[in-house]
Amino acid sequence: MAERVVDRHNQYLRIEGVTKRFGDFVAVDNVSLSIFKGEIFCLLGGSGCGKTTLLRMLAGFESPTSGRILIDGQDMAGIPPYERPVNMMFQSYALFPHMTVAANVAFGLEQEGVARVEIDRRVGEMLDIVKLGEFAKRKPHQLSGGQRQRVALARALVKKPKLLLLDEPLGALDKKLREHTQFELINLQEQLGVTFVVVTHDQEEAMTLASRIGVMNKGQIVQVGTPTEIYEFPNSRFVADFIGSVNMFEGRLIEDEPGHVRIRCEELDSTVFVSHGISAAPDARVFVAIRPEKIEMTRGQSAEGENCVGGVVREIAYMGDLSVYLVRLDSGRMVRVTIPNIERHDERIVWDERVLLRWQPSSPVVLTQ
Amino acid sequence: MVAAPYLWLVVFFAIPFAIVFKISFSYMVTTQPGYAPLFEWVEEAQRLVATLNIANYQVLLQDSLYLSTFLYSLKVAAISTVLCLLLGYPMAYAIARSAPTTRNLFLMLIILPFWTSFLLRVYAWIGLLKTNGVINNSLLALGIIDQPLVLLYTDFAVYVGIVYSYLPFMILPLYSNLEKHDLTLLEAASDLGARPVKAFFKITLPLSMPGIVAGCLLVFIPAVGEFVIPSLLGRTDQLMIGTVLSAQFFGARNWPVASAVAIALLLLLLLPILLFQRYQQRELEAARR
Repeated sequence: MAERVVDRHNQYLRIEGVTKRFGDFVAVDNVSLSIFKGEIFCLLGGSGCGKTTLLRMLAGFESPTSGRILIDGQDMAGIPPYERPVNMMFQSYALFPHMTVAANVAFGLEQEGVARVEIDRRVGEMLDIVKLGEFAKRKPHQLSGGQRQRVALARALVKKPKLLLLDEPLGALDKKLREHTQFELINLQEQLGVTFVVVTHDQEEAMTLASRIGVMNKGQIVQVGTPTEIYEFPNSRFVADFIGSVNMFEGRLIEDEPGHVRIRCEELDSTVFVSHGISAAPDARVFVAIRPEKIEMTRGQSAEGENCVGGVVREIAYMGDLSVYLVRLDSGRMVRVTIPNIERHDERIVWDERVLLRWQPSSPVVLTQ
Repeated sequence: MVAAPYLWLVVFFAIPFAIVFKISFSYMVTTQPGYAPLFEWVEEAQRLVATLNIANYQVLLQDSLYLSTFLYSLKVAAISTVLCLLLGYPMAYAIARSAPTTRNLFLMLIILPFWTSFLLRVYAWIGLLKTNGVINNSLLALGIIDQPLVLLYTDFAVYVGIVYSYLPFMILPLYSNLEKHDLTLLEAASDLGARPVKAFFKITLPLSMPGIVAGCLLVFIPAVGEFVIPSLLGRTDQLMIGTVLSAQFFGARNWPVASAVAIALLLLLLLPILLFQRYQQRELEAARR
């Protein structure tokens, strides 16, 4: 991710205590959020977590039941979508089938009453930016999925909105195109300096695109942070489990010092020494989360000391660049370990071998909720 | 098995059409079947003689009565089509945008009249429109008028009859089109700055054009040849072509002239029918994409 210009003093989008109810169902539950000018903010969550409803409220298609939304200091209450300085790129692209690419892109400018000459110029410019200049006269049904997406993007951006909302922008694309488009989107955003709010259920998409991520669950924002913060320092079991894979062990806090903690885990039949302090009651029940790539695996018989446990390799998934090992501990618990395939094939650890798993004291994350 | 539709068309359309076409070149005789044969085998000369009487067609072109009748029919059909469109579009739109359960109810209500006799419904209008009818009596009773209005046997009555009878033919194709519209397009239009009315004219209306064309043609084409409604409700001084055809065929028993009128009517409608075919074709292709 390149360095982008984010104005952290400008709380461009403020969502204050917004709740949305549909009858008895609470879709968005008291969400408060500040999004800075120039950043790409991702709302990440599974189906039904409320992220799309929140996005629609930003666009103006739904009104909050309570709370308010301010864009560049202006309260959006009662302001319909066609009067907001916000544009949206829909999941289905919603291109007008009876209009050419150029007419689609020009639509928003026509509504503003911009002069024809100016419209043609800006449309031409925008189409060149998204590299669709030669497709101006085509109709949407004559374009590929990736091309349609670029038209949708051009159509939304040509109006130079204060905020661009993207609803699952990469969902309909195949893997290779998705990767390519991810970087294109980032470049475009840096070039134009527009603030993006992206809604997605795909954590890879969120991790790549976002400067900050807001993880949502059941209508609430569970954690807000940079991709690194979310991944390395999840604040709850839900977030730790939602992003990437994680090994979660239940344990008891036996030592709690400012600089370190010790946790006794039955499943590991060992003690975990973590090199940072946490805030919890003594003897509390906690969870230790260790990411698969943070675990070292070597051949060995007996585990000794802290942060070490022994097991037998049960499953191996070869992914090419790395391998995923499922190791069965003596306690019966399965642990997921990811090892990059550095060694040559014949030297790698195979099924049913006894191994020792170790990790650095700084690697585990201790979670109390 | 693939040939079955073609067989049907040949038996029920091509052959009857050929028969009518043949008769139109004949002339009336008092014997049965009522028209002279086209082909005659002349024994003496050992020849097949074909007699083509084009006088029937000449009459159509030369007699101003026929010309004014054709024009009147086109005018009535055109105005009825426009009225059906103006009335039918809002109705089709409302049904398409209503909740699925109410939608089915509305569709049922539109189709329900077809379960009753067409003739009876037209007769019902006589009861409503006549001088001593329901409408006049209600207006008199309410004191809105003091003399009964002349509603029956006027152009107005014909329009009422045709629009009432043909409205479902406008509503159903329109509904079928409108119901398939992607509503996120309207959200996108709104997001881009278009107010709801603007969005209707720029997005919904153009996309509903195939439905409009289908509905208009489904009303116009049969309306031109309509004869029950003008016969029962319409003026006596200006006839529609359907009435004339019926008078010639049943009244004067002049099959050749009646056939010529029928063929002329078909030629008149050739353009609208071809247009309809072309639009259907385009719709099929669009649906396949």
